[in-house]
Amino acid sequence: MITATVILLIIGVLIALAIGLVVKFFAVEVDPLLEQVSAIMPGTNCGACGYAGCAGYAAALVGRKAQPGDCPAMSDSLLHQLCELLGVEDVKKERRVAVVFCSGNDQNATRQAFYNGVNRCRDAMLVAAGAKSCTYGCLGLGACAQACPYGAIEVRNRLAIVHPELCRACGLCVQTCPKKLIRLVPASAPIHVFCSSPARGSFKRNACKTACIGCRRCVKAAEENQIRMNGFLAVINYGNPPAAEVAQSCPTAALRANVTQVEANKDSSI
Amino acid sequence: MSKIFRFHGGVYPPEEKLASQAGIQVAPLLEKYTVPLQMHIGAPAKSLVQKGQKVLRGQLLAEPGGYVSAAVHSPTSGVIKEYGSCLGVNGTQWPALIIESDGEDQNQEPMPPISDWQNTDPKILLKRIEDAGIVGKGGAAFPTHVKLSPPPDTPIDTLIINGVECEPGLSADHRLMLENPDQIIEGALIVAHILQAKNIYLGIEDNKQDTIELFREKTASTGAPQVYSLKVRYPQGAEKHLIYALTKRKVPRGGLPLNVGCVVQNVASIYAIYDAVVNGKPLYERVTTVTGNPVVNPGNWLLRIGSSYADALKLAGGLKEQPAKVISGGPMMGVSVYSLDIPVTKNCAGLLFLSRSQLSQFQSKACIHCGRCNDVCPMRLTPGMLGIQIENDRFDLAEAWNVLDCMECGCCAYICPAHRPLVQHMRRAKTEVIAKRQAAEAKKSS
Repeated sequence: MITATVILLIIGVLIALAIGLVVKFFAVEVDPLLEQVSAIMPGTNCGACGYAGCAGYAAALVGRKAQPGDCPAMSDSLLHQLCELLGVEDVKKERRVAVVFCSGNDQNATRQAFYNGVNRCRDAMLVAAGAKSCTYGCLGLGACAQACPYGAIEVRNRLAIVHPELCRACGLCVQTCPKKLIRLVPASAPIHVFCSSPARGSFKRNACKTACIGCRRCVKAAEENQIRMNGFLAVINYGNPPAAEVAQSCPTAALRANVTQVEANKDSSI
Repeated sequence: MSKIFRFHGGVYPPEEKLASQAGIQVAPLLEKYTVPLQMHIGAPAKSLVQKGQKVLRGQLLAEPGGYVSAAVHSPTSGVIKEYGSCLGVNGTQWPALIIESDGEDQNQEPMPPISDWQNTDPKILLKRIEDAGIVGKGGAAFPTHVKLSPPPDTPIDTLIINGVECEPGLSADHRLMLENPDQIIEGALIVAHILQAKNIYLGIEDNKQDTIELFREKTASTGAPQVYSLKVRYPQGAEKHLIYALTKRKVPRGGLPLNVGCVVQNVASIYAIYDAVVNGKPLYERVTTVTGNPVVNPGNWLLRIGSSYADALKLAGGLKEQPAKVISGGPMMGVSVYSLDIPVTKNCAGLLFLSRSQLSQFQSKACIHCGRCNDVCPMRLTPGMLGIQIENDRFDLAEAWNVLDCMECGCCAYICPAHRPLVQHMRRAKTEVIAKRQAAEAKKSS
């Protein structure tokens, strides 16, 4: 009994000594700045900065290879902290949000076929480019919602909707959407054209109730250079976005504010 | 008679060849034809005609847009009404020429017939096949002149004529063989002359006994082509499997039949080659089966390219009940369509209408690992495992497990007791893997 205790004690002391020596001689110098910078990172590893995850971006920042504004998911206050830490001038970044440029949900868009295959956007794309009559419209199977690390995209009535307050503009949904319907736009823009179809107005009218039919009323209602026509599709100039009132000129409600924002305003008014 | 070899896997779907006893009828002239410019694999054809221009039957409408491409000819005489687009089989819009018929059906001066093809340079015959716009009429629509021009260092010793028609429901090739045996035999000899092939085999499944007997009788004296009776099994008409069944040669992974000295041609293509060489007639019509329980008179029609599916259905007497599904092609590999405005293309072998009782609607469930898909896969893949990998977006694993060998024959999905959409999974994985490889290649070259 005593021998066993003594042997164990000796082994313990020896191992403790060995660990102590290893820690002393093989210590890895960690830049305290890197640790601080890493703590500021959003930690979602979305990759939108172009580096391999948040750790990679932090290392690049400390190594002065990257700019503080490159992370689209970082909030303004954290960005301010980061600039202070790195000792650089404050970077001002315009907040952007993702917008799904389609409003063809189950009530608005007509369907040409019944699709009962694999419930994923890219699989549905292989079968006649989806079941909706409008071949440009949202498939509504939620590839973007799955890709979003912030849970900012909801699929409602077979239409993807972005919640702007949750969106951090990482751009993963932009890459994922097989129909290329999602773009990042300035968050300050009050209204968007929720249609991406360049088809003729008559065709779009049959395919979807809320399509942009190319009537140009919004172009007339807005100031110059705020909305231009790209064929049969109105396109907002996000460098100089039109005011929210312009949306009233649209006969099909393709030009409007984001659905979730409209709901938020309604809730606050009650 | 040498031995027939049994390939691995395969299934036995009900044959349902309702129209196999209905002779080929020539479709009457229509008022309008919509001729798509891309009915083949490869570059789309380039239009040569203007809006409002008058064209004659057989006139060249569009020239090949590259080496792997095919010419398109006018199905009738009339006026080009529009250079527009039409709905294609795959659900997207195809560029197309819309021709308004003038009712006279005037024929253009045909290309000079080459009746003495035995003593003609194969290059001239190949040029004729290219000029006639012939593509593989079995389904893939690969330009025939490309297929018949193997590289000089790969000698071809065997030509296989594919008269298998293993897809249930279809009977267009069956009727074509039964009604035009001499032309098909001569066409086969022409192709063998082009390829300098020693052996000519004609494979026919034994559900077409009348055809087998007819061809045996016709070839009794010459022995070419050698007629083989094959036991019915799907997908015997697949190129690689027909080669194995007749010669026991295995096409290497990712390879082509010419790697083992074989070329396979569908009987309908052979017939078109005969027409082009001996009669100087370009490819602007084909035999198409219109069949299915809801159809009043299932049958086989000689339709001009560009007739719409609705026209084809009208010829078959219309519908006696509402169909639950319409398929362009056979039930195993065909594409389900949602509109009858789609035009008949060079590779449209059939139009199938399914009634509600024939269609099983199901919910697909989780894989139960029964392994039946492994037993039936003619390419010896493991569709069940591949399906799971693909569902989890592991396209790297799927690539390593040879998903690119899948030919989408549908045996696995047909046999699966959990009703898993395996073919759709494979198709998705194939597009992803091919896109990845192309991206890697583009990166390398840049």
